[in-house]
Amino acid sequence: MYIEHPLLGSRSIDEFIYYGDASLLKRPVFNQNKILEKFHKYLYLRKNPNGIHSELWFHLYGDRSWLIVERDTKTHEIRNVILANKELG
Amino acid sequence: MNYNFLKLLIEGLNNNKGWLKTWENVNPKKHYDIIVIGGGGHGLATAFYLASEYKEMNVAVLERGDIGLGNVGRNTTIIRSNYLLKENIPFYEFSLKLWEGLEKSLNYNAMVSQRGVLNIFHSDYQRDAYTRRGNSMILNGADAELLNVDEIKRMYPFFDYDNARFPVKGGLLQRRGGTVRHDAVAWGYAHAANKLGVDIIQNCEVINFRIKKNKVEGVDTSKGYISCKKVGCAVAGSSSILLSKLNMQLPIESHVLQAFVSESLKPVISGVVTFGAGHFYISQSNKGGLVFGGDIDGYNSYAQRGNLATLEDVCESGMALMPMLGNCRLLRTWGGTMDMSMDGSPIIDKIHIKNIFLNAGWCYGGFKATPASGWCFAHLISTGKPHKLISDFTLNRFYDGSIIDEKGQGAQPNLH
Ligand SMILES: Cc1cc2nc3c(=O)[nH]c(=O)nc-3n(C[C@H](O)[C@H](O)[C@H](O)COP(=O)(O)OP(=O)(O)OC[C@H]3O[C@@H](n4cnc5c(N)ncnc54)[C@H](O)[C@@H]3O)c2cc1C
Repeated sequence: MYIEHPLLGSRSIDEFIYYGDASLLKRPVFNQNKILEKFHKYLYLRKNPNGIHSELWFHLYGDRSWLIVERDTKTHEIRNVILANKELG
Repeated sequence: MNYNFLKLLIEGLNNNKGWLKTWENVNPKKHYDIIVIGGGGHGLATAFYLASEYKEMNVAVLERGDIGLGNVGRNTTIIRSNYLLKENIPFYEFSLKLWEGLEKSLNYNAMVSQRGVLNIFHSDYQRDAYTRRGNSMILNGADAELLNVDEIKRMYPFFDYDNARFPVKGGLLQRRGGTVRHDAVAWGYAHAANKLGVDIIQNCEVINFRIKKNKVEGVDTSKGYISCKKVGCAVAGSSSILLSKLNMQLPIESHVLQAFVSESLKPVISGVVTFGAGHFYISQSNKGGLVFGGDIDGYNSYAQRGNLATLEDVCESGMALMPMLGNCRLLRTWGGTMDMSMDGSPIIDKIHIKNIFLNAGWCYGGFKATPASGWCFAHLISTGKPHKLISDFTLNRFYDGSIIDEKGQGAQPNLH
């Protein structure tokens, strides 16, 4: 599998660390209602689709940037890659 | 049909013409008391113990493909009970005991071979960790022995003992661990369950549940609607997909794990060996192929095939332990979809629908658990109460913080 890095071009996955469901970027804020439920869902109940999955990859053995990769978990085909800090703004 | 020595002799003389089917392939009835979804090891074992131990007489296993083509037929066949935590060891030790008597209770040769599982260590720190693990095993009724380098040299003279980075310092041996012919486990349970009246229904995918007043009334399948009183879900890597029909999200990610087999060699590796400085384990099949594996690939996948980066990593680890592997050619590789739970331990529990039960989260270690998982899941389905060996394998543990994390990795499924 190769990931099309927005800055560095096509890189092999063994340069990356996989972190999981990209919704991990959306950490709940403390002192909300039902915060235990929210953190439980945030940490443990991640998406696990049979199809397109939006996920975080860290370019550890490269430029150490975080990427959001859209990938088909059935075929490993990668649809889209962006820098995670673009998403966070 | 009964398998025995006399039958073997007669069939040998009779050109093998008189063998009957191992199990009958049937079409579903309209109604069952209990439907088990998934004809892998766990589903078939559950059905067998439902019939044999809990006297449930109207049980069906629904399998979307052919039985035995899921992870039960894809794993590297290692059985052991060398766990660390008290929530886990008694369960896996019970499983190992069931393996020891399995062939008799199933009347099927599953080639259970207690050839010993040896975990090598390479540093003082690892010696401490394995000593602790061994003690924990002994305290919980399993067997464990700490071996020094000379003892290991006698068993396996070909390790790279003086490797500058990963010198072999000793190992933890569980003599009762070993391997089992994985396909024969599926066939054996199907055979024995079928003999007790369980219907094994292949090519029958469960597409949806019909729920009324928080209770399941039946399931829609590719072979039509089947009503039932209870449902047990044992679909391993497909658990998230199946349970999403009930709007449930599970603390599980599906990952791919690969296995590798070399060309056939003369007997060289007598037991199961694991490398402590990387992730690598190896044994030799009865056909002579070296069967080995390592880490999961590490990303969500339902593809049942992995990537070359993992292959390279596994082979490098193998070469670090036994350089002679480099002379050997790789024959086959394949992958299976693992139900990686968030703490690395399984879930056998009730869910919010009263009469549906869940068996999932086996990670890459569910083969060895097959008999105990089937037994305890059958107990839960039949009596509605958790068996004491699985009382900690709850779904709620992620909410209340009583997770069972052998490795202490936290909620990172690809590190368990
Ligand atoms: C490469 C590899 C190596 C492994 N090595 C080991 C090892 O050495 N030791 C060990 O203990 N464990 C090992 N494992 C793990 C072990 O194989 C699994 O944890 C275990 O087999 C899972 O349980 P199962 O046998 O019931 O799963 P499966 O055999 O996968 O059974 C699940 C079944 O459910 C069916 N199914 C799915 N959805 C539906 C549906 N909607 N309707 C009907 N049926 C459905 C599937 O077709 C499948 O047959 C390994 C796994 C792999 C892939």
